[in-house]
Amino acid sequence: MQRHEQAVWNETSSEGYEPLLSEKDRTTIDVEFEELPDELTRESLELPALSEPEVARHYTRLSQMNYGIDSGPYPLGSCTMKYNPKFTEDVAARSEAAVHPDRPEEAVQGTLQLYHELQEYLGRIGGMDAVTLQPPAGAAGEFTGILVAKAYHERNGDGERRSEVIVPSSAHGTNFASAAMAGYDVVELPGDDDGRVDLEALRSAVGEETAALMLTNPNTLGLFERDIEEIASVVHDAGGLLYYDGANLNALLGRARPGDMGFDIMHYNVHKTFATPHGGGGPGAGPIGVTEELEPFLPSPQVEARNGTYELVEPEHSIGKVHGAMGNWLVLLKTHAYIRRLGDAGLRDTSAKAVLNANYLASQIDLEIPFGPFHHEFVASAGERDAAEFAKRMLDYGVHPPTTKWPEIVPEALMTEPTEAESKTTLDQLAAAFNAVADEDEETIAAAPETTSARYIDQTSAARSPRLSWHALSDDA
Amino acid sequence: MSYHTQLSRTEETETESTGSPFAPHTEADVEAMLRAVDAESVEELFDVPNSVRFDGEFGIEAASEREVVRSVVETLGRNESATEFLGRGHYDHYVPSLVDHLADRSEFLTSYTQYQPEITQGFLQALFEYQSLLVELTGLEVANCSMYDAATALGEVATLSRRARSVTGDRVLVPDALRDERRAVLENYVGGTALAVEEYPTAAGVVDPDDLEDALDDDVALVYVENPTTTGLIQDRLEAVGELLAADDVLFCLGSDPIALSLLRTPASIGADAVIGDASVLGLGTAYGTSLGLFACKEEYLRQVPGRLVGASRDESGRRAYTLTLQTREQHIRRERATSNICTNQAWVALRTAIHAAVLGPDGLLDLAKECHRLPEVLARELDAIEGVSAPVRDGYHFREFRATVEPDATELVSELYAEGFAVHAIDADTIQVCVTDANENRAAELVTAITEVLD
Repeated sequence: MQRHEQAVWNETSSEGYEPLLSEKDRTTIDVEFEELPDELTRESLELPALSEPEVARHYTRLSQMNYGIDSGPYPLGSCTMKYNPKFTEDVAARSEAAVHPDRPEEAVQGTLQLYHELQEYLGRIGGMDAVTLQPPAGAAGEFTGILVAKAYHERNGDGERRSEVIVPSSAHGTNFASAAMAGYDVVELPGDDDGRVDLEALRSAVGEETAALMLTNPNTLGLFERDIEEIASVVHDAGGLLYYDGANLNALLGRARPGDMGFDIMHYNVHKTFATPHGGGGPGAGPIGVTEELEPFLPSPQVEARNGTYELVEPEHSIGKVHGAMGNWLVLLKTHAYIRRLGDAGLRDTSAKAVLNANYLASQIDLEIPFGPFHHEFVASAGERDAAEFAKRMLDYGVHPPTTKWPEIVPEALMTEPTEAESKTTLDQLAAAFNAVADEDEETIAAAPETTSARYIDQTSAARSPRLSWHALSDDA
Repeated sequence: MSYHTQLSRTEETETESTGSPFAPHTEADVEAMLRAVDAESVEELFDVPNSVRFDGEFGIEAASEREVVRSVVETLGRNESATEFLGRGHYDHYVPSLVDHLADRSEFLTSYTQYQPEITQGFLQALFEYQSLLVELTGLEVANCSMYDAATALGEVATLSRRARSVTGDRVLVPDALRDERRAVLENYVGGTALAVEEYPTAAGVVDPDDLEDALDDDVALVYVENPTTTGLIQDRLEAVGELLAADDVLFCLGSDPIALSLLRTPASIGADAVIGDASVLGLGTAYGTSLGLFACKEEYLRQVPGRLVGASRDESGRRAYTLTLQTREQHIRRERATSNICTNQAWVALRTAIHAAVLGPDGLLDLAKECHRLPEVLARELDAIEGVSAPVRDGYHFREFRATVEPDATELVSELYAEGFAVHAIDADTIQVCVTDANENRAAELVTAITEVLD
């Protein structure tokens, strides 16, 4: 059984762990500047004043109190935490890549060529006719896609009437929020008994108010929506559009394409499927692909190739912009390099190994795992135990736990996605961690975690009296 | 066998792989795993109807790491090499080496959002310190741990004004000199609400409180002012603007950045309710627009803040620890009633910004800000001495950049400067804009020479 002790930096006398920069030093300087009138400048500035070696040590210690995919397995369901190749970081760090966004197109032909190539790659991978790289994250992609749908309906004189977006109850929270941000009423679609879209419920939910249905496939239970063609025709017959949430695309790379299933719009989470690092929460990128019919509505500008040069072009009925520049370019550059490295064979093998890993891991775990057959992920049930507590105890076995308590259709859900990047040995370690916790008594589980930098953290009191900066901490003292 | 033959052999072997180089399975592993799941082949595991199976090819050829790096770097090389004197909302400053080395530590870079705080204390603390930096710089009580960029942060503050109970009205007022991109993004963010975006007149972005007052009425929900302006001017009447907007039912949002804020009047002291901007001026540089949206506001709007917040709490041992907090505002819990749809954000850029600020410290940060005022003043004087150039266009105090009128043709001048290896903004037929910071000041003298020669 694997164990792991995370670094803990503290002083016995201190009330916290590694002290804050502001506790190591807090220097107040007067802001005096003869070249500007006093009324234009601030009076003072109070910030830590540490030497470079001290700063290096501070952040190195903080990194030791953190866990990344290079530390160990990270099987968060629907998050696709896979190994992030390092060469893509070097490519993105090149000075030639770090140009100003206002450069004229003739001065950034290299950048635009890579943009154009990535638009093409993603179009082929998703089976879509046109791709924009502008949305800076998956949720931004959803928002952009729904704005495209809205502009399309408005163009058809159908904007007022089509006021609803349908979202399955098991969908990612962002789907609901993105549709609402675009001004739509959200209609929640209940699932059927086998965890998939309930066709009857869908038929009664769609109508002339329907602007779009947002769907994840495979869904958050890891199940492929077998009736996808029927779903597409129900939505299309009612005049609605079908939106594909790309969070789970890793399961289908080179095996099936949203465009071929009847989806009109999709987003890609490149920080999931295409291995760009999550960076502790971002940046990612959420390009969207659309059918030919929707291409004129894409954000501006698109990159087009004409006679070997690349141009920035405003689509005819463009929705405008969803990011102040061209999106998270450095992330897109890493995506490009990753796709090139894998090629057709590597992409196809990615989905093969991702699905094999999920199925193998599911077969090794002594917990109830309802539904199936699974693709890239599965949802185990912690049964009588609290899934959140179960997860905390898994931390003590040197692994990151799965996503917990979601989707709600599985009681005490442990949503698990190992990705293709874990070896059989690591999967066996993961399964051993699941099984060890499943066998433990409630007391042991409730006392967890013991091996992490911090012990169990009280999140309720953090929300009750929010302390959001070191200023708020010193006010307490 | 020659050296070259050997080399091509190696490359051939490298590209011969039929699978992902990042999937560690041996053939024996695959066989054992298939046996465990009772399947003959991996294909069998895909529960995908034949009618939607994809049997085609993408036409993307796999390549070795060396080949990919070579090819991408070669393509990037098609970008013209030029020293940029470009700004207008996207700024380059020298980023200390330590920032790369620390932020690239894979425990940071390859970690996920901190939904398990006990094992991600390091990143949470760094984000808490980033929030603290912004609280110090703005004087406001709350800062979130990132938006995508300044444009989307502006969109978010507009929708916040819609939700905040004290704020009423449907009009969002922005300066006529606002960057087109920020305006366009804002329009999309308010598109799902009753808010309408309108311009108020400025002198190249500089607010005249009397003109602003004329544009105000009971129906105004939000007024947005940038300091410094997109044209590089420091606002000189913000206090009067703050007094004008002191009423509770109007939200006063200031656009700025962490370097400017370390020198200029704090937003809190002139009555701003919120601050947005591009925080990546520390930590990242222009990076073709990859950015970091700064978002700070008064505590009274806390429950309406978009995005993630890190708060201090205690762990079971009684020690202080950090956790994501007030998550009931967010999409994964509140769904369609969330304050925003943002999930994945720019956390790693925020880490870089925090490290850069820590390396500089208060003195370094203030010195950098002072340089941002001095450098454009000096360069403007030098350009003004050239026949056919008048700089700066407007009197006032500059920050990083300024405008200059040139004769006979600004567009022509700018394209000839490109040929000489310098990038400068052409604003209109007779105006250029020049941005100078610690990142390009070493070539400022050469720029002066180039402009002199081109115009000669």
